[in-house]
Amino acid sequence: MGKKVAIFRKEHFNSAHRLFNADWNDEKNMEVFGKCALPNYHGHNYELIVKIIGEPDEKTGYVMDLKKLSDLVKEKIIERFDHKNLNLDTKEFKNLNPTAENIAIVIYELLRPHIDNGKDLQIRLYETPRNFVEYPV
Amino acid sequence: MVYLTRIEHFNAAHKLYNPNWSKDKNDEVFGKCANENWHGHNFELFVTIKGDPDPDTGFIFDAKKLGALVTEKVTEKLDHRNLNVDVDFMKDKLCSIENLVIGIWNELEPHLPLPVQLHCLKLVETPKIFVEYYGGK
Repeated sequence: MGKKVAIFRKEHFNSAHRLFNADWNDEKNMEVFGKCALPNYHGHNYELIVKIIGEPDEKTGYVMDLKKLSDLVKEKIIERFDHKNLNLDTKEFKNLNPTAENIAIVIYELLRPHIDNGKDLQIRLYETPRNFVEYPV
Repeated sequence: MVYLTRIEHFNAAHKLYNPNWSKDKNDEVFGKCANENWHGHNFELFVTIKGDPDPDTGFIFDAKKLGALVTEKVTEKLDHRNLNVDVDFMKDKLCSIENLVIGIWNELEPHLPLPVQLHCLKLVETPKIFVEYYGGK
């Protein structure tokens, strides 16, 4: 039985968004999403925690080089979403409601191909200090 | 004299953009904060009042009433809004947190009942950036 360790890297990005289902009228959107559906957008300081689980490498003692993980998250996630409007400026949310749930899934899918297959990846995303999601569970 | 602070929060979109400048000049001065489709933050507002405790209540001012007043006069106008577009008291102003904190002071201060004095507003834009305002004194 190996000794699995979880490592974590925290990053953050600031974005605008709104929650809106284009198949519904404005009234229905307001009913379901409340003020999150307001037309001129609002925004958040998103806090992202990327968790990698695996056994430390025999030669380095690392599960994964945290500097390389940091660079990867910055390149693949932060540059894509920071100071952007998630609805208007990103192709990932052109047709996908940018809820915290969906943002976490998108981040997972953007990072997964770049993480060693033998390691598990989990995303925790804080939309506010009190609202956060995890994927996968 | 005792100082009492009430913390409220709001989530909003904004951009830093001077309409008298070209897009290039805005990008040069404001960087990614000038993104035309906005970005956003979880703002934290610290409202500090000062005074002597009332002999009958022990309060400077009922903190619950202070919270309700800040919500009514300030955060309801800002929460889940676009600060550039939706907020009457920021109209035609550059939407920096410096200008926002002055605007909030002007909205709130006239509604505090004597002898309560507004001492300081602290507005936190990100974990690393905040401003304080003492009413121009």
